Amino acid sequence: MAEPDYLRAHAGIRSWLLTTDHKRISIMFFVATTLAVMLGGAFAMLLRTKLLIPGPGIMEPITYNRLFTLHGVVMVFMFMVPVIPAVFGNFFLPMMLGAKDLAFPRINLASFYVYVFGACLTLWGMIHGGADTGWTFYAPYATISPTDVAPIALGVFVLGVSSIMTGLNFIATTHMLRREGVRWNTMPIFVWTLYATSIIQVIATPVLGLSVILVALDHALKMGMFDPALGGDPVLFEHLFWFYSHPAVYIMILPAMGVVAEIVPTFARKNQFSYKALAYSSLGIAFIGFLTWGHHLFVAGISQLDAALFGIMSMFVAIFSAIKVFTWVGTLYRGSISLKTPLLYVFAFIYLFAFGGMTGIAVATTSLDVHWHDTYFVIAHFHFIMIGGTLTAFLGAVHYWFPKMFGRMYPERLGVVSAVLVFGGFNLTFVPQFLLGNAGMPRRYATYPAQFQTLNIVSTIGAYTLGAALLLTLTYLIVSLFRGKRAPANPWGSRGFEWRTPSPPPEHNFVEPFDPALGPYAYDQPDPKEAA
Amino acid sequence: MNELLRHLLNLPPQASSVARGIDTLHYTVIGATFAGVALVAAITLYFIIKFRRAGAAPGTTPRVVAPLWLELGVAGGLLTLFCAWWVVGFAQYRELETPPANAIPIYVTAKQWMWKFEYPGGPASSETLVVPVGQPVKLIMTSRDVIHSFYVPAFRIKQDVVPGHVVTTWFEAIAPGSYQVLCTQYCGTRHSFMRAQVIALAPEDFARWLEAARGPLPLPGAKGEGQGLAERGREVAAKHGCLRCHSIDGTPFIGPTWAHSFGTQRALAGGGSVLVDEAYLTESMMDPNAKIAAGFQAVMPSYQGLLDPEETAALLEFIRSLRDVEPVRPAPPPTGPITLPGGSRG
Repeated sequence: MAEPDYLRAHAGIRSWLLTTDHKRISIMFFVATTLAVMLGGAFAMLLRTKLLIPGPGIMEPITYNRLFTLHGVVMVFMFMVPVIPAVFGNFFLPMMLGAKDLAFPRINLASFYVYVFGACLTLWGMIHGGADTGWTFYAPYATISPTDVAPIALGVFVLGVSSIMTGLNFIATTHMLRREGVRWNTMPIFVWTLYATSIIQVIATPVLGLSVILVALDHALKMGMFDPALGGDPVLFEHLFWFYSHPAVYIMILPAMGVVAEIVPTFARKNQFSYKALAYSSLGIAFIGFLTWGHHLFVAGISQLDAALFGIMSMFVAIFSAIKVFTWVGTLYRGSISLKTPLLYVFAFIYLFAFGGMTGIAVATTSLDVHWHDTYFVIAHFHFIMIGGTLTAFLGAVHYWFPKMFGRMYPERLGVVSAVLVFGGFNLTFVPQFLLGNAGMPRRYATYPAQFQTLNIVSTIGAYTLGAALLLTLTYLIVSLFRGKRAPANPWGSRGFEWRTPSPPPEHNFVEPFDPALGPYAYDQPDPKEAA
Repeated sequence: MNELLRHLLNLPPQASSVARGIDTLHYTVIGATFAGVALVAAITLYFIIKFRRAGAAPGTTPRVVAPLWLELGVAGGLLTLFCAWWVVGFAQYRELETPPANAIPIYVTAKQWMWKFEYPGGPASSETLVVPVGQPVKLIMTSRDVIHSFYVPAFRIKQDVVPGHVVTTWFEAIAPGSYQVLCTQYCGTRHSFMRAQVIALAPEDFARWLEAARGPLPLPGAKGEGQGLAERGREVAAKHGCLRCHSIDGTPFIGPTWAHSFGTQRALAGGGSVLVDEAYLTESMMDPNAKIAAGFQAVMPSYQGLLDPEETAALLEFIRSLRDVEPVRPAPPPTGPITLPGGSRG
């Protein structure tokens, strides 16, 4: 009998809480981020229920304002930013490089506890009253808000520290722990996207931390950095905030793009249509993405020249995403396509991301943004990227790697049903929001003029469908953990490095070192093991 | 064609001189979006059908790599398209951001949660901006408290109104009518109630309106001949939006009700109480956060400089006149911090 897998290598609660095994830390992040998305989702359901009718309805405006703030804070900082890196990156980045662990296993564990601490601070702030500033904390409203802004801002700061720790660890690991034969130009694309993400995390997150701390100081001590009544400047905050928060969009979407770039070759049984395009476009997004933040300020009174420059930079960054879509689709050409649940999610991703991305070009077009800015059009646009993109890719990743992580299969038929429901429910929720934005409905609206009601009702029905589909997915996955069919080492016939070990993997990842001469996408060469 | 697309996309009427041009770019960009996604969908569906796996997985598949010319072609083609939109969009943006020299100036003050419009030489009004059709109007705007955003969907214009900054925007209405003004920058509890309207009048009607509205300035006390000071106070309360937060029949609302409040003792947040008299009421108008009534949020803006002495006196008289009104409901219980999830009343 070979050595026991990582789940059974040690027993007892201490062996989990004090583990430095990247795979176990990944599972702990999996649990934590799933709880976060359920909380954020519950907020979303309450918000959508409130919006069924235009008047005051089931909650006071201030309650609604607190709920949309908490929805944004929880979803962005506790789910979207950490989820794919901390769960799947943690688990698979070392395996894809042929390493036994991340470069700094203890920092990895610490990053989990920092995340938990940040999440607890934020939750405490919520129970204590919750901020009503929106997740954007715009000053000077955030500095004079009657609600408790400081603990939530501090929570966001601490969550950012966790994100930086993960990023540093990934960068160091990619540089230092590549197994001999795994070169920059042959390592899996998922690693490239995590590397690009980590660069953004390390460079941009400190600016966010600084900005929210200044807001917290303004709120608590009336320091006045961003408050014109005390001599400060509110537009300064907008620049600082978006310097992080626009690149943060790429923190949220790049790992999702990496997931797609892994799933497509496996289920099309095909080499990447253009490895270099996928790899370098990730870096392109990371770097050019730093120069586009001002497109959030087209109506904030920035200079016309700046609007022009931020506009054209936004067009450039979009090209990298377009190249990725082109390459994913091209990879299907002359492949052998097996339409399993992970690939269904990838198709959902490609359509929704393409639409969401193109509407991103639309809102980066300066004159059009004037009409759409801060309306539901923008809400619909970024939910197409965040849910249609990141969440869909996350679900694809869950189904794709579930057998490897837990050694069990998920039920394929239920997987297909839930993927279809997620896609349908998503569109029903957010397509009407594009139309609401066109008609002029502003975001963050506790009540709205009656002419917007019909589309709001349709959107709420869509949200319930989406919520039900996600609960269905969670339920069958939990059941599969215990009852699922035992998974073989490589159920999808993938050439990916992470599949060249038993499911679940042993504590040190590989029983014997894999041979990187057969690349992760080398479907044009026979696999000697398959032949055997 | 324009009307068909406008309805399909659920866009409001095109009521300003720039709206039609912006919508034309809108149709182009959204049309290309649909076309692009449809193309991607068609190609993937074709590949799925053509290359679907039947039976066992093949040992190998042919290696296909994108030729460089194709990659560069796709990237270059799309970049050209995006840059074309950028050029047209930026030209329109410049037009939106540059008021014509002959525009009529109107001063706009935003504050939580109302809009105030002032014409040089008078008059001033809140909630309603009256403008002439066919003539550019330049709005010179600032905010007294937090960032607001002046948005008229039918005009396709929007401008953040930033405290500490003076910003401008402009529009030219092309048809008489009433158009909704919405605040699009989240500005606090009553953000979604911060609405106003633009009334566009034919030039001759506008001239008549302006003349009538300017009129001879009334002497203090002379306004509303035969009208009691309390009645005048009711008008002041409506004009300044007091009644958006304070009820006059005892209904619990954002601020304490005015019914049966004058002459009573009011419990304060943080303990203690105060007699509701002229001194306390005046202080509450000018420095609302000095003493917060128990159970209410510190959300009221200061009216220092907004209410003139005559108006303040009228308001006090109005509130005094409500001292014997029996509240329809008892005073609201303290709301306290909300508990989540579920909301305070959800």
